[in-house]
Amino acid sequence: MKILVAIKRVVDYNVRVQVKPDGSGVATDGVKMSINPFDEIAIEEALRIKEQGKADEVVVVTIGNNDSQQQLRTAMAMGADRSILVETDSAIQPLQAAQVLLKVINEEQPGLVITGKQAIDDDNNQTPQMLATLWNRPQATFASEIEFVTDDKVNVTREVDAGLETIQVELPAVVSTDLRLNEPRFVKLPDIMKAKRKPLDVKAVADLVPDLSGKAIEVLQHESPQPRSKGVMVESVDELIDILKDKGLVG
Amino acid sequence: MSKVLILAEHNGNQVNQSTAKVLTAAKQLNAESIDVALFAADISLASQVAALAGVNEVKFIRSSDNHDQLAASIAPTIADMGKDYTHVWGPSTTFGKDVMPRVAALLGVNQVSDIMEIIDTNTFKRPIYAGNAIITVKTDTPQIVATVRTASFAADKSSDGNATVSESTLSTVADHTSFVELSTGNSDRPDLQTASKVISGGRGVGSEENFHIVYDLADKIGAATGASRAAVDAGYVPNDMQVGQTGKIIAPDLYMCFGISGAIQHLTGIKDAGTIVAINKDGDAPIFEVADVGLVGDLFKIIPEMMEKL
Repeated sequence: MKILVAIKRVVDYNVRVQVKPDGSGVATDGVKMSINPFDEIAIEEALRIKEQGKADEVVVVTIGNNDSQQQLRTAMAMGADRSILVETDSAIQPLQAAQVLLKVINEEQPGLVITGKQAIDDDNNQTPQMLATLWNRPQATFASEIEFVTDDKVNVTREVDAGLETIQVELPAVVSTDLRLNEPRFVKLPDIMKAKRKPLDVKAVADLVPDLSGKAIEVLQHESPQPRSKGVMVESVDELIDILKDKGLVG
Repeated sequence: MSKVLILAEHNGNQVNQSTAKVLTAAKQLNAESIDVALFAADISLASQVAALAGVNEVKFIRSSDNHDQLAASIAPTIADMGKDYTHVWGPSTTFGKDVMPRVAALLGVNQVSDIMEIIDTNTFKRPIYAGNAIITVKTDTPQIVATVRTASFAADKSSDGNATVSESTLSTVADHTSFVELSTGNSDRPDLQTASKVISGGRGVGSEENFHIVYDLADKIGAATGASRAAVDAGYVPNDMQVGQTGKIIAPDLYMCFGISGAIQHLTGIKDAGTIVAINKDGDAPIFEVADVGLVGDLFKIIPEMMEKL
């Protein structure tokens, strides 16, 4: 079985992004870029499934500009066998990303697609579900455990508001990862060297899917969130309790 | 004029407050009508929704059991109904986040995720970058599919509604996906997402056993309990207690946290709280930048003292 992992290049999660003064976007010049953390978990999970002998190839795909090759190289240094960059210089929204990924699926015929539940830039949390829908296959979102029941059935434990829900899906399926699925491995230097020789295929979005459908949502303006007003520091529990009582928050 | 279809959420016995929050948001569209789709085994849940003022019709879709709320099973029905509406909205809970993008894909539109403010019928504000930036977005598709950030809207408290209830049977059950089990924390404490007071703990609490003093204080003041990602990852508490970007986004009147440093991903989950109280032994912890009241000190001395004095 082949596993396809979809990843996205995003501003590193440690960076506190700033909105540009003219409201046209967030400042990304010179900012550290990384693999979206949820997608890194997706790569790790695919590698573990392969290491257990349940898959024989891990292919990583991304949609983005040419710089996204860096993230694909990192994914291959982690252990992915090869990668595909579907290149575009303009930002692409979830429904269109799902159409591009569906085309890649049709060419690659994976038995399982794993991707992060959301990218930490747009926080949309849509692409995995949309991809499963267009593909007409099951989805298991927010996964914290993937367990093979048979070769073509998996039980996926999902992190939901009420606790942990387990569902069973037939493969092929799309699984989106949550934080506690695994802890991604660190990349070692020899693996970075080895990754340079692994295949990285580049195609243009316009060549792969010339007929993208559906409207993009227009972004009119970016702004910084309203800061909370400055609070007070107290020195003792008595002072704290007085304030809480004053506000009527405790009896 | 706008016509809105809302996807109701419930646990089999009770309609989730997220439904009333989405209703509050939908009312700001000054819509011609608001209908609610309810997928459940038990039609008595429909009367809970029908009692909300402003709902015109409750579309009850009988499902063989509550687990037919699986996204792949219900999304085709919602999308089909949705063609008669201008807005198809669900809550930005794990339930809504799972289902609504499927509905959007079936209707051929991008979804507006996590609406936090309504400007007009097709212009909204939503957070990106874990709330570090807010964008204003506009969309003019025939159907606007969206999830509503529940912490941004108060639950509609009306109970004098008299919506009609229509009944049908779910005909789009997916055979490739099935429910296996749900394991919940089963706490007697108030529900974290709707509680007016929340007490939470972080890595600083140190262990699963130590969390008992956090629970004791919560019980003393009738609060729900929450935790940071670090505390969940360390195995001190179950995942359903996690507050933050990838956990629950909450807006209690009082949020009091012990031993939480205040990573940006955690702050995202609490910034709509009325009063934030932070207790941490590190006076430089970022949590103090957003706290309304801060106290530097050892939680193992402060909690017992609070137990005694409250």
